[in-house]
Amino acid sequence: MYVAVKGGEKAIDNAHAWLAEERRGSTDVAELSIAQIREQLSLAVNRVMAEGSLFDPDLAALAIKQARGDLIEAIFLIRAYRTTLPRFGSSNPVKTSEMTCDRRISATFKDAPGGQVLGPTFDYTHRLLDFKLAAEGELPAAPKAHPREEVTPHITEFLQGEGIIQDEPPCDDIPGDLTREPMEFPAGRPLRLQSLTRGDEGFVLGMAYSTQRGYARNHAFVGELRIGKVAVEMDIPELGFAIEIGEVELTECETVNQFKGSKTEPPQFTRGYGLVFGQSERKSIAMALVDRALRWEELGEDNLGAPAQDEEFVLSHADNIQATGFLEHIKLPHYVDFQSELELVRKLRREAEERITPKEAAE
Amino acid sequence: MNEYNFAYLDEQTKRMIRRAILKGLAVPGYQVPFASREMPMPYGWGTGGVQVSAATLTPDDTFKVIDQGADDTTNAVSIRKFFENTAGVETTEETEKATVIQTRHRIPEVKLREDQIIVYQVPIPEPLRFLEPRETETRKMHSLEEYGLMHVKLYEDISQHGAISTAYAYPVKVSGRYVMDPSPIPKFDNPKLEMDAIQLFGAGREQRIYAVPPHTQVVSLDFEDYPFEATKADHPCDLCGAEDSYLDEVIMDDAGNRMFVCSDTDYCRSRRAAGHLGRLAEEDAA
Repeated sequence: MYVAVKGGEKAIDNAHAWLAEERRGSTDVAELSIAQIREQLSLAVNRVMAEGSLFDPDLAALAIKQARGDLIEAIFLIRAYRTTLPRFGSSNPVKTSEMTCDRRISATFKDAPGGQVLGPTFDYTHRLLDFKLAAEGELPAAPKAHPREEVTPHITEFLQGEGIIQDEPPCDDIPGDLTREPMEFPAGRPLRLQSLTRGDEGFVLGMAYSTQRGYARNHAFVGELRIGKVAVEMDIPELGFAIEIGEVELTECETVNQFKGSKTEPPQFTRGYGLVFGQSERKSIAMALVDRALRWEELGEDNLGAPAQDEEFVLSHADNIQATGFLEHIKLPHYVDFQSELELVRKLRREAEERITPKEAAE
Repeated sequence: MNEYNFAYLDEQTKRMIRRAILKGLAVPGYQVPFASREMPMPYGWGTGGVQVSAATLTPDDTFKVIDQGADDTTNAVSIRKFFENTAGVETTEETEKATVIQTRHRIPEVKLREDQIIVYQVPIPEPLRFLEPRETETRKMHSLEEYGLMHVKLYEDISQHGAISTAYAYPVKVSGRYVMDPSPIPKFDNPKLEMDAIQLFGAGREQRIYAVPPHTQVVSLDFEDYPFEATKADHPCDLCGAEDSYLDEVIMDDAGNRMFVCSDTDYCRSRRAAGHLGRLAEEDAA
């Protein structure tokens, strides 16, 4: 007997109740606090802020808790929240040259003003499980030094002084905003960078890796990677000048890329740029490589047909919230389309059989 | 959820969407880019339709949501609930009582009226997308009215399979100009696209809105010697006996026995209420 699929509403409510229980896990174990996630899973928090396009560590931590640690789900929560926020205006461009650096390294110069500052990095750790962490205990305090007081200049400035790196002339045009206007191609560099900085870390990493393996290779040196806090300033019309409204942690990567010159440009070094919320090294380096690959046209390079050179391809597929939504929507009912396909395939088979089998021999 | 604006979106966003809708109505079948917002449901789950509905609804409207023709499929329930919470509008399952109907994959069987609006959820608005993946190219093709590729595809279907092998999302030409994706409705529904109601199509992830105004010519693409044919399962509904409705096929037991029921649940319910009974109707008395 046929029982119509009824009661969707009840089923949804019950599923959500079960989900809430699963999220909490065993009540014998203490519940995670937002502060614990914010402080102890800070790189997850950073990723959620970067791809969620919203700098708020507490909200990102809440999203991670609510999403049971599924970072894409957490990013989705942040994005959905972000769109409801009113927009007061836009800040002035942040001055990363005035960043108070926790970490600042260059792969192109052994030493430079400001020095090499390793900061809190996984680099050079041996990836051995530390079973001491399984037992809770206090850590010895890390050694401290006096922070540098002067500003730390960008490494590329030194190359620029020599005229050996492609110039990046300042531009006062107000860039487009991909959250406010529909994306149209060619998008141009400001929108490309916006898209990459909120793009899926795995996707951007894969794209960058493909350039290293020869799909539009543009051998990149990490000219500089810096992580730290910068002040966010905004012009207040009533005051007539800019005031500091807060600070954000950023990771900035500038790559220095080989370039033999083209029809339009002399031999020189070229640049890729990555800038991401929080401590997000892998993402910012990957972003810089993809940015550089996408600049083939302005530098007069050949289009090698590589995926990472294809702006429409990269930008259309970098967003994990779009991707995951569309991918997972195939879980939704498709009875109607499937039924129409069933009818069609049956009809085509019937007709094909009739063509093959002479009518009198048919059963 | 009183902290959100009526129908969730802020008024500026709704105004932007309404502009896109009006442009769409002015240029039937043309895909208008719009700045789709991130909604609290996933892309691909009706965010385009939800934004169009949000920009269309007024507090006096009566709202109906169907998915696969049914009011009680999970995503339809979820979207209906969203607007109950954020807009507080009256909702209904009865097609005739609704003033705005949001749908995924079906057009109701009952003829829609001039005072109704139907909003389609669209996954891929570009009818040429699977022939040409680049938006930069397909926009050019539309502007030059260059639809040869589509006709070649349909021709190749016929030469390979003896029939046009598109069963849903069957392409149409609107008002003699734009080739349009009618969203993944079965081709059975294509003839209904010429209707009295306003038809709005929203694709959130792809950031496109398009529209078909009332009484607009909508022609399913075909050839003179291979005319378009709206098809359905060759059965009457096993619950209400309807011969004219689109049917879902349901597997009933381990032996693989099938029954066929109206995909439009409200149509089926109202027919049974009016005393029309199908082959298996008594058993469904519960």
